[in-house]
Amino acid sequence: MMQIANATLDARGLNCPLPILKTKKELTSLTAGETLMMLSSDPGSVKDIESFCLQTGNELLESAASDNEFSFLIRKV
Amino acid sequence: MNSMNAVSDSQLTDLDAWFDQRFAQKMADHEAAHVPSMTIIATKGTLDMAYPPFILASTAAALGWDVAIFFTFYGLTLLKRELDLKVTPLGNPAMPIKLPSGPDWLKGRELNIPTSLMANLPGFQNAASSLMKKGMREKGVASIDELRSLCVEADVKLIACQMTVDLFDWRRDDFMDEISDWVGAASFLPIAQKADVNLFV
Repeated sequence: MMQIANATLDARGLNCPLPILKTKKELTSLTAGETLMMLSSDPGSVKDIESFCLQTGNELLESAASDNEFSFLIRKV
Repeated sequence: MNSMNAVSDSQLTDLDAWFDQRFAQKMADHEAAHVPSMTIIATKGTLDMAYPPFILASTAAALGWDVAIFFTFYGLTLLKRELDLKVTPLGNPAMPIKLPSGPDWLKGRELNIPTSLMANLPGFQNAASSLMKKGMREKGVASIDELRSLCVEADVKLIACQMTVDLFDWRRDDFMDEISDWVGAASFLPIAQKADVNLFV
Protein backbone atom coordinates (compact mmCIF):
# COMPACT_ATOMS: atom_id res chain seq x y z
CA MET A 1 0.00 0.00 0.00
CA MET A 2 1.37 3.36 -1.05
CA GLN A 3 1.79 6.14 1.51
CA ILE A 4 0.04 9.44 1.05
CA ALA A 5 2.32 11.87 -0.78
CA ASN A 6 2.61 15.65 -0.52
CA ALA A 7 1.98 16.02 -4.24
CA THR A 8 0.78 13.86 -7.12
CA LEU A 9 1.83 14.01 -10.75
CA ASP A 10 -0.22 12.20 -13.35
CA ALA A 11 2.10 11.60 -16.30
CA ARG A 12 -0.01 8.81 -17.81
CA GLY A 13 -0.23 9.00 -21.57
CA LEU A 14 3.08 10.86 -21.82
CA ASN A 15 6.13 9.35 -23.44
CA CYS A 16 9.90 9.58 -22.89
CA PRO A 17 11.34 11.95 -21.71
CA LEU A 18 8.25 13.87 -20.52
CA PRO A 19 7.56 11.80 -17.35
CA ILE A 20 11.13 12.53 -16.18
CA LEU A 21 11.03 16.22 -17.13
CA LYS A 22 7.67 16.75 -15.42
CA THR A 23 8.85 14.84 -12.34
CA LYS A 24 11.89 17.09 -12.12
CA LYS A 25 9.68 20.19 -12.44
CA GLU A 26 7.23 18.96 -9.83
CA LEU A 27 10.05 18.15 -7.38
CA THR A 28 11.34 21.72 -7.74
CA SER A 29 8.11 23.01 -6.20
CA LEU A 30 8.46 20.72 -3.15
CA THR A 31 10.66 21.32 -0.12
CA ALA A 32 13.28 18.83 1.03
CA GLY A 33 11.77 15.79 2.75
CA GLU A 34 8.40 16.10 0.99
CA THR A 35 7.20 13.29 -1.25
CA LEU A 36 5.83 13.08 -4.76
CA MET A 37 3.63 10.34 -6.17
CA MET A 38 4.15 10.00 -9.92
CA LEU A 39 1.88 7.93 -12.15
CA SER A 40 3.07 6.82 -15.57
CA SER A 41 2.02 4.55 -18.42
CA ASP A 42 5.48 4.54 -20.03
CA PRO A 43 7.21 1.18 -19.35
CA GLY A 44 10.57 2.92 -19.89
CA SER A 45 9.95 5.12 -16.88
CA VAL A 46 10.59 2.20 -14.49
CA LYS A 47 14.32 2.15 -15.24
CA ASP A 48 14.45 5.85 -16.05
CA ILE A 49 13.01 7.01 -12.72
CA GLU A 50 15.45 4.70 -10.91
CA SER A 51 18.33 6.25 -12.82
CA PHE A 52 16.97 9.78 -12.32
CA CYS A 53 16.80 9.25 -8.55
CA LEU A 54 20.30 7.74 -8.42
CA GLN A 55 21.74 10.65 -10.33
CA THR A 56 19.90 13.46 -8.55
CA GLY A 57 20.06 11.99 -5.04
CA ASN A 58 16.27 12.02 -4.62
CA GLU A 59 15.05 8.90 -2.84
CA LEU A 60 12.83 6.36 -4.61
CA LEU A 61 10.76 5.07 -1.69
CA GLU A 62 8.40 2.79 -3.61
CA SER A 63 7.90 1.64 -7.15
CA ALA A 64 4.87 -0.39 -8.23
CA ALA A 65 3.48 -1.75 -11.49
CA SER A 66 0.08 -3.04 -12.57
CA ASP A 67 -1.31 -3.59 -16.10
CA ASN A 68 0.63 -0.95 -18.01
CA GLU A 69 0.49 1.52 -15.18
CA PHE A 70 3.38 2.42 -12.97
CA SER A 71 3.58 4.45 -9.79
CA PHE A 72 6.58 5.90 -8.02
CA LEU A 73 6.90 7.48 -4.60
CA ILE A 74 9.86 9.84 -4.49
CA ARG A 75 11.22 11.81 -1.56
CA LYS A 76 12.94 15.05 -2.41
CA VAL A 77 16.40 15.56 -0.91
CA MET B 1 73.93 5.29 2.03
CA ASN B 2 72.81 8.87 2.49
CA SER B 3 71.12 9.27 5.88
CA MET B 4 68.63 11.80 4.39
CA ASN B 5 67.12 9.04 2.30
CA ALA B 6 67.12 6.47 5.01
CA VAL B 7 63.44 5.64 5.08
CA SER B 8 62.71 2.16 6.29
CA ASP B 9 60.56 -0.26 4.32
CA SER B 10 57.89 -0.23 6.99
CA GLN B 11 57.74 3.58 6.92
CA LEU B 12 57.30 3.45 3.15
CA THR B 13 54.53 0.91 3.46
CA ASP B 14 52.75 3.13 6.01
CA LEU B 15 53.19 6.15 3.77
CA ASP B 16 51.78 4.30 0.75
CA ALA B 17 48.78 3.08 2.74
CA TRP B 18 48.14 6.61 4.03
CA PHE B 19 48.44 8.05 0.52
CA ASP B 20 46.16 5.43 -1.05
CA GLN B 21 43.48 6.06 1.53
CA ARG B 22 43.79 9.84 1.27
CA PHE B 23 43.81 9.74 -2.52
CA ALA B 24 40.68 7.55 -2.66
CA GLN B 25 38.94 9.95 -0.24
CA LYS B 26 39.93 13.03 -2.27
CA MET B 27 38.82 11.40 -5.52
CA ALA B 28 35.46 10.48 -3.97
CA ASP B 29 35.01 14.08 -2.70
CA HIS B 30 35.89 15.40 -6.14
CA GLU B 31 33.44 13.03 -7.82
CA ALA B 32 30.64 13.98 -5.44
CA ALA B 33 31.17 17.71 -6.02
CA HIS B 34 31.50 17.39 -9.79
CA VAL B 35 28.59 18.68 -11.86
CA PRO B 36 28.41 16.56 -15.03
CA SER B 37 28.30 18.46 -18.30
CA MET B 38 27.39 17.77 -21.90
CA THR B 39 27.76 19.55 -25.20
CA ILE B 40 25.85 18.65 -28.36
CA ILE B 41 26.45 19.78 -31.93
CA ALA B 42 23.10 19.88 -33.77
CA THR B 43 23.55 19.91 -37.55
CA LYS B 44 20.20 18.67 -38.88
CA GLY B 45 16.96 20.61 -39.30
CA THR B 46 14.41 17.89 -39.98
CA LEU B 47 11.57 16.94 -37.63
CA ASP B 48 13.04 13.53 -36.83
CA MET B 49 16.59 14.77 -36.27
CA ALA B 50 15.38 17.65 -34.09
CA TYR B 51 14.44 15.18 -31.37
CA PRO B 52 17.78 13.73 -30.24
CA PRO B 53 19.43 17.03 -29.26
CA PHE B 54 16.38 18.42 -27.46
CA ILE B 55 15.48 15.14 -25.71
CA LEU B 56 19.02 14.54 -24.52
CA ALA B 57 19.58 18.16 -23.49
CA SER B 58 16.34 18.51 -21.53
CA THR B 59 16.83 15.14 -19.83
CA ALA B 60 20.44 15.89 -18.91
CA ALA B 61 19.33 19.23 -17.45
CA ALA B 62 16.69 17.37 -15.41
CA LEU B 63 19.49 15.16 -14.05
CA GLY B 64 21.27 18.31 -12.93
CA TRP B 65 23.88 18.48 -15.70
CA ASP B 66 25.21 21.64 -17.36
CA VAL B 67 24.25 21.47 -21.03
CA ALA B 68 25.12 23.50 -24.12
CA ILE B 69 23.98 22.87 -27.69
CA PHE B 70 25.80 24.36 -30.67
CA PHE B 71 23.43 24.77 -33.63
CA THR B 72 25.13 24.85 -36.98
CA PHE B 73 24.15 24.50 -40.64
CA TYR B 74 20.61 23.08 -40.96
CA GLY B 75 20.56 22.59 -37.20
CA LEU B 76 20.24 26.35 -36.84
CA THR B 77 16.66 26.18 -38.18
CA LEU B 78 15.76 24.52 -34.85
CA LEU B 79 16.23 27.94 -33.23
CA LYS B 80 13.86 29.84 -35.56
CA ARG B 81 11.10 31.70 -33.75
CA GLU B 82 8.46 29.80 -35.74
CA LEU B 83 9.23 26.13 -36.19
CA ASP B 84 7.99 24.43 -39.34
CA LEU B 85 9.88 21.17 -39.31
CA LYS B 86 9.41 18.45 -41.90
CA VAL B 87 10.47 14.87 -42.27
CA THR B 88 11.25 13.26 -45.62
CA PRO B 89 11.31 9.61 -46.63
CA LEU B 90 13.90 10.50 -49.30
CA GLY B 91 17.21 8.85 -48.51
CA ASN B 92 15.64 7.33 -45.42
CA PRO B 93 14.78 3.70 -46.23
CA ALA B 94 14.24 2.87 -42.54
CA MET B 95 11.25 5.21 -42.26
CA PRO B 96 8.09 3.12 -41.80
CA ILE B 97 5.21 4.20 -44.08
CA LYS B 98 1.76 3.26 -42.80
CA LEU B 99 -1.71 4.38 -43.76
CA PRO B 100 -3.51 5.89 -40.76
CA SER B 101 -6.95 5.17 -42.20
CA GLY B 102 -8.57 2.98 -44.84
CA PRO B 103 -9.84 -0.58 -44.89
CA ASP B 104 -8.81 -2.73 -41.94
CA TRP B 105 -6.62 -5.04 -44.01
CA LEU B 106 -4.54 -2.05 -45.14
CA LYS B 107 -4.64 0.25 -42.13
CA GLY B 108 -1.56 0.22 -39.92
CA ARG B 109 0.38 -2.12 -42.21
CA GLU B 110 3.82 -1.08 -43.34
CA LEU B 111 3.69 -0.39 -47.07
CA ASN B 112 6.54 -2.02 -48.89
CA ILE B 113 7.16 0.68 -51.51
CA PRO B 114 10.67 2.11 -52.01
CA THR B 115 10.87 5.48 -50.23
CA SER B 116 12.62 6.91 -53.29
CA LEU B 117 9.38 6.41 -55.27
CA MET B 118 7.11 7.77 -52.55
CA ALA B 119 9.27 10.83 -52.07
CA ASN B 120 8.57 11.79 -55.70
CA LEU B 121 4.80 12.03 -55.17
CA PRO B 122 3.78 15.70 -54.97
CA GLY B 123 2.87 16.67 -51.42
CA PHE B 124 4.27 13.48 -49.96
CA GLN B 125 6.71 15.25 -47.68
CA ASN B 126 4.00 17.43 -46.15
CA ALA B 127 1.73 14.43 -45.73
CA ALA B 128 4.49 12.36 -44.10
CA SER B 129 5.34 15.27 -41.80
CA SER B 130 1.79 15.80 -40.58
CA LEU B 131 1.32 12.05 -40.16
CA MET B 132 4.42 11.85 -38.00
CA LYS B 133 3.30 14.83 -35.90
CA LYS B 134 -0.13 13.24 -35.49
CA GLY B 135 1.44 9.93 -34.43
CA MET B 136 3.61 11.74 -31.90
CA ARG B 137 0.63 13.54 -30.36
CA GLU B 138 -1.27 10.25 -30.10
CA LYS B 139 1.69 8.48 -28.47
CA GLY B 140 2.25 11.28 -25.94
CA VAL B 141 5.60 12.26 -27.45
CA ALA B 142 6.48 15.89 -26.76
CA SER B 143 6.49 18.39 -29.61
CA ILE B 144 9.77 20.06 -30.52
CA ASP B 145 8.34 23.41 -29.35
CA GLU B 146 7.60 21.88 -25.95
CA LEU B 147 11.03 20.25 -25.57
CA ARG B 148 12.73 23.46 -26.68
CA SER B 149 10.82 25.49 -24.08
CA LEU B 150 11.75 22.96 -21.40
CA CYS B 151 15.41 23.33 -22.43
CA VAL B 152 15.18 27.13 -22.14
CA GLU B 153 13.50 26.81 -18.74
CA ALA B 154 16.22 24.44 -17.54
CA ASP B 155 18.99 26.86 -18.57
CA VAL B 156 20.33 24.77 -21.43
CA LYS B 157 22.70 27.08 -23.34
CA LEU B 158 21.57 27.50 -26.93
CA ILE B 159 24.57 28.60 -28.97
CA ALA B 160 24.10 29.68 -32.59
CA CYS B 161 26.66 29.45 -35.36
CA GLN B 162 27.30 32.94 -36.78
CA MET B 163 28.78 31.64 -40.02
CA THR B 164 25.58 29.72 -40.86
CA VAL B 165 23.39 32.87 -40.72
CA ASP B 166 25.79 34.62 -43.07
CA LEU B 167 26.05 31.62 -45.39
CA PHE B 168 22.28 31.22 -45.87
CA ASP B 169 21.53 34.97 -45.81
CA TRP B 170 19.29 34.57 -42.79
CA ARG B 171 18.67 37.36 -40.29
CA ARG B 172 19.33 37.12 -36.56
CA ASP B 173 15.84 38.60 -36.04
CA ASP B 174 14.29 35.38 -37.35
CA PHE B 175 15.73 33.46 -34.41
CA MET B 176 14.62 33.15 -30.79
CA ASP B 177 15.72 35.67 -28.17
CA GLU B 178 16.91 32.95 -25.80
CA ILE B 179 20.02 32.24 -27.88
CA SER B 180 22.91 32.75 -25.47
CA ASP B 181 25.62 33.49 -28.04
CA TRP B 182 26.31 33.89 -31.74
CA VAL B 183 29.80 32.50 -32.16
CA GLY B 184 32.09 30.25 -34.15
CA ALA B 185 33.92 26.97 -33.61
CA ALA B 186 36.73 28.63 -31.66
CA SER B 187 34.29 29.75 -28.96
CA PHE B 188 32.40 26.45 -28.78
CA LEU B 189 35.38 24.07 -28.64
CA PRO B 190 36.73 25.26 -25.26
CA ILE B 191 33.28 24.51 -23.75
CA ALA B 192 33.28 21.08 -25.40
CA GLN B 193 36.79 20.41 -24.14
CA LYS B 194 35.67 20.67 -20.51
CA ALA B 195 32.48 18.63 -20.99
CA ASP B 196 32.08 15.01 -19.87
CA VAL B 197 29.88 14.08 -22.83
CA ASN B 198 30.16 15.41 -26.39
CA LEU B 199 27.65 14.43 -29.05
CA PHE B 200 27.33 15.22 -32.74
CA VAL B 201 23.84 14.96 -34.18
